Amino acid sequence: MTRILARGVIRAFGDDVNTDYIVPSRRKKETIDPERLRHFMFEDIEPDFFASLTDSTILCAGTNFGCGSAMEVAVTVPISAGVRAVVARSFARTYQRNAINNGLLTLKADTSALPANEEARIVEDAGEILVEAASGVTVRCDPMPEFVIDMIRHGGLLEYLKAHGRFPEQRA
Amino acid sequence: MPEQTMAEKLLSRACGRLVKGGDIVICRPDFAMGTDGSIPMAIDYLHSIADPSRGPIDPKQLVFAFDHYGALSGPGALRLQEKAREFALAFGVPLFDVGEGIGHQLMIEEGFAAPGRLVVGADSHATAYGALNCFGAGIGSSDLAGIMLTGQLWLETPRSIRVELRGELQPFVSAKDIALYLARILRADGANYRAIEFAGDGVAHLDLDERIVLSNMAVELGAKAGIFPADETLARFLTAESRDRSQTVAPDPGCEYVQEVTVELGSLRPQIALPHRVDNVVDLDDAETTPVDVVYLGTCTGGRIRDYEEALEVIRAAGRVAQGVEVVVTPATRRINQELRERGMLDEFRRYGARLESPGCGACCGTCGTVLPGQVIMSSANRNFKGRMGDATARIFLGSSYSCAMAAVEGVVGRRTKGAS
Ligand code: SF4
Repeated sequence: MTRILARGVIRAFGDDVNTDYIVPSRRKKETIDPERLRHFMFEDIEPDFFASLTDSTILCAGTNFGCGSAMEVAVTVPISAGVRAVVARSFARTYQRNAINNGLLTLKADTSALPANEEARIVEDAGEILVEAASGVTVRCDPMPEFVIDMIRHGGLLEYLKAHGRFPEQRA
Repeated sequence: MPEQTMAEKLLSRACGRLVKGGDIVICRPDFAMGTDGSIPMAIDYLHSIADPSRGPIDPKQLVFAFDHYGALSGPGALRLQEKAREFALAFGVPLFDVGEGIGHQLMIEEGFAAPGRLVVGADSHATAYGALNCFGAGIGSSDLAGIMLTGQLWLETPRSIRVELRGELQPFVSAKDIALYLARILRADGANYRAIEFAGDGVAHLDLDERIVLSNMAVELGAKAGIFPADETLARFLTAESRDRSQTVAPDPGCEYVQEVTVELGSLRPQIALPHRVDNVVDLDDAETTPVDVVYLGTCTGGRIRDYEEALEVIRAAGRVAQGVEVVVTPATRRINQELRERGMLDEFRRYGARLESPGCGACCGTCGTVLPGQVIMSSANRNFKGRMGDATARIFLGSSYSCAMAAVEGVVGRRTKGAS
């Protein structure tokens, strides 16, 4: 059965997009409210980014997306701006971790063929996760551990803990 | 029993079962540090699912340090800080308030980081604790909230890169140059999802302050942890501070590494990271000379005693700072500041016209003061992204404390006199 995990317009970025580019840390000292901070998304590298957003967005990037500071607003702000998923060749570990903890789908894939500014959807089909662009370009994403998928399904770490009361039991 | 890396051993201990690289573990950190930059959001996460009267399950597992914000940060920041302060007071969380210093250095100075432990921080440079033969890793605010709620944390066990340090550094070359060189050859994502484990005879030639620089900057290569082995140097430090050193770990002979890198310390030249990337590194000798406005000596990477000794050595030899260069001294902690004062080093800096700031993160990420538009900064910090110090038109160069002081003396970043030390 095909399940749609996300859909949105692809917005493309290059390699090494750091968290200060996603939201400048100087903005964070005024507020941590994502609805206020989202106006400053990518302001140092693409000043009109937030204003140019239409609906749901899928961010696509090269390697090492979210490098730099571990600040979590770099995840909550895109979520608030309508980013439904980030697909990148690789993520900085702190970013992917924060994303998972907040229920933001972060998928590793070869993004080079994905067309910018095109509608796309992300589907799960027979255990495979695919990004399908409107023009027909399809790329396969790396699989994710079950615990991680479960957490994203719940909407993040805290929602997971609320539902289960604790972390899962460990295998000995 | 399979051979394990230090990272695998440390996480096995933290979760109570034998794990290998790639395993997801649920573990109990010995301590978790939060800063004024990350705690307010953690409190929001906690209270998004629990009653606001709910405090942390084990307040003594937590350490709060207010280092990112100060009097210059504006009312919004101070409100966030106050929220964290109220939480700490209400629930008995140990708190280092404004002026005590940078959380990461306090975790080391105050004995929270110790061999064998898992010590995390809701701030990326928590990798610094690895210098003490423990697993130090950065986490997010949601993780911190998870720890407040359950005492536990999920982690994926990293596979390790072995970095062998061989021989001894030349004069005026320092640990910061090794760190920048590693960024140069491995790149900013070269150790992503990995632990870096330092090894080799060169380790013995590095004191604890130098090791902290390397562990601290491991995260600039994407690493989850940067771990040093336990040795005589560490033992001496722990004994002097009456700290527990019973749980040291060493890698098993024959354990598996994903990559091995060797650095010949003897042939390493001073390195410099050019704007706006930490891995945009060249030999200092090859850097184009650029007039410098500010020389910044501080942060969790370059704000320890050794850094100021190195900087003063260079400035003293020249007898002056070049005209028009502002030298800013922001010691990492009150304790460091104290020692600098007692040794007359603060006075010395003052005589050379330096601006002395109170301990903390200072202008490192633009939250406590900022640089001015278009300024050129030579900094002993760890990051030089566009906008990092509060202004997107400023250009930040990163180097050792020696190289920073050299820039202060010569008035330029890069070498006027090529090849001279
Ligand atoms: S000194 Fe700079 S890098 Fe270190 S914790 Fe503070 S803001 Fe972060």
